[in-house]
Amino acid sequence: MAQAFYWDALRRAHDEELANDPLVFAIGEDIGLPGGTYKATQGLFEKYGEHRVIDAPISENSYTGLGTGASMTGCRPIIEIMSVNFALLATDQIINAAAKIRYMSGGQVACPIVIRSPGGVAHQLGAQHSGRLEKVFAGTSGLRVVTPAFPADAYAMLKTAVRCNDPVVILEHEAIYNLKGEVPDEEHFAPLEGAQVVREGSDVTLIGYLMSTHWNLAAADKLAEAGISAEVIDLRALKPIDGETIRASLAKTHKAVIATEDEAPVGMSAEIMAVINEQCFFELDGPPVRVTAEDVPVPYNEKLERAAIPDADRVAGATRKLLGSS
Amino acid sequence: MEAADRRRLLGEMVFARRFEERCAEAYHHRDIGGFLHLYPGQEACAFGVQERARPAYDYVITGYRDHVHAIKSGTDPKAVMAELFARETGCSRGRGGSMHLFDAANKFMGGYALVGEPFPLALGLAKGIQLQGTDQIAVCFLGEGADNQGTFHETMNMAQLWELPVLFVCENNLYAIGTSLERSTPVHDQYKRVQAYAMEASQTDGQDVDTVMASADQAIEHVRQGHGPYFLELMTYRLRGHSMSDSGRGYRSEDEIKEWMERDPIYLFRDRLIAEGILTEAEFEEMDQGAQQRIDDEIIPFAEESPEPDINELTRYVLDDDPGPALGRVNEGGK
Repeated sequence: MAQAFYWDALRRAHDEELANDPLVFAIGEDIGLPGGTYKATQGLFEKYGEHRVIDAPISENSYTGLGTGASMTGCRPIIEIMSVNFALLATDQIINAAAKIRYMSGGQVACPIVIRSPGGVAHQLGAQHSGRLEKVFAGTSGLRVVTPAFPADAYAMLKTAVRCNDPVVILEHEAIYNLKGEVPDEEHFAPLEGAQVVREGSDVTLIGYLMSTHWNLAAADKLAEAGISAEVIDLRALKPIDGETIRASLAKTHKAVIATEDEAPVGMSAEIMAVINEQCFFELDGPPVRVTAEDVPVPYNEKLERAAIPDADRVAGATRKLLGSS
Repeated sequence: MEAADRRRLLGEMVFARRFEERCAEAYHHRDIGGFLHLYPGQEACAFGVQERARPAYDYVITGYRDHVHAIKSGTDPKAVMAELFARETGCSRGRGGSMHLFDAANKFMGGYALVGEPFPLALGLAKGIQLQGTDQIAVCFLGEGADNQGTFHETMNMAQLWELPVLFVCENNLYAIGTSLERSTPVHDQYKRVQAYAMEASQTDGQDVDTVMASADQAIEHVRQGHGPYFLELMTYRLRGHSMSDSGRGYRSEDEIKEWMERDPIYLFRDRLIAEGILTEAEFEEMDQGAQQRIDDEIIPFAEESPEPDINELTRYVLDDDPGPALGRVNEGGK
């Protein structure tokens, strides 16, 4: 088992899938000759050529539609949208077309596309480069939405997404590409459904995904110093959400803290809370707590930016408060 | 073109006209719900181009005025009518409706409601053809109203840049619902707009099916021989309103409508065949009667008698029936 950067795990998955099937291709801005903004396709333009690792003009909606149209003929495109904020320009093709074509056609035409796009708050990128749009995609029938938080999942979920016959949106994070982690050497595939317990504990369940999973893990360390045993669930998939893994954890801890990087209104935390309410209500011994971003466009100023989104300290603080040990 | 083929083609056009008129009737009887956009007046466009392409081999994609393009692609008209009647036997199993006909087996890749949305999809069909190395082409039919969408410009740019095998057919019927061409864009000749992207393009009479076929031959040859995309603008007119809720009159003068009715594509072609001595008035009447009879005796009863979709299958087709590939079981169902 080797250590790999998150970006390199993605690059390896691209490489293996391009090698496996001549109908797999990658398209996006600067992903070919320049090697990719986040290096997820580095070296692959040279290896597979300009017809399969394609530098697209800045036309997000239409190159996403190109991918969808190609998928209708049997191709398996991997579409990179440089920032999830730009993906809003492609929502017609993603939400009106790709997500609905299988259904509208009565099951005749599948759209096996993969859309990869990083979002989240990185470092002083300003309001238009700090969007967290998971609510947009996770609220759309016909899409699968996954959020690999670790290099191993980035590799194995991209592999599965390419083989999957549904449109899959993979939400990545600007600040995670340089994270290092274990990635097994053997080729393997991870399911696009199902949360994972990434740290076991008995007093409280911390639920999150993507960046908030990392806050939750750091918060669990801090809580352990105070004698609190926190279980951490990384959702991994936002559509569908795995309520059963949450329920099994709450059956043990009876307390839930939900941490998300997006804003509270109509955000992922609201959906997770609804899942808990519907599926886990009788496991709880008190109302779940959510730790979310402020309802504000993300500011440029660093202090304001930090104040706008949660972090490990805020998760730990909210947990201690919930447990009455602040 | 052989005399028999010319008669067949006219027969298909007459059938399409009667089919659409019968749809309007069924709509008034509430057998058809939702929105309904009919094709009368524009038949020479779909028939002229698709006659010269290879139906069920070349991909076809279009907007919401899609019944006739599907039928000419090879979709059983019974399955089209059943779809409009929202039945399980419909070509989209009653899930799509008038604007979303699909027939993958005949390479009819759908009708779409979002104006301009099919442009990039057509580009993708052509990308698929490129990677699969066949001599198919993708044919995209849209109205001139779609040319004011961003997807038009984005798609023309990429199509020419990568020289993909796609034929764009612009059915220029002069009105984007109720807003005229002159009131929507300063460039009235649509084929000139794509020349800005260095694409081969031409404009021709869209009412005369012979003229359309001749232009289509040239355009299709260009695309199929690998010379890149082509944009064919066909000047046409819809004789009805945009949809069933539009009379088509408030924004168009009676004189203008009358002028175009005199160039009705079906009568133009009929008169030519009669002049050529390969059709008589009586044979035309017979053809017309036959079309109406087929619709009334076979097509409407099939739609009426077909079952509606099973309510227990409401959520089927949202995702793949087989969850295996999504769960990472690639050796079971994945490619």
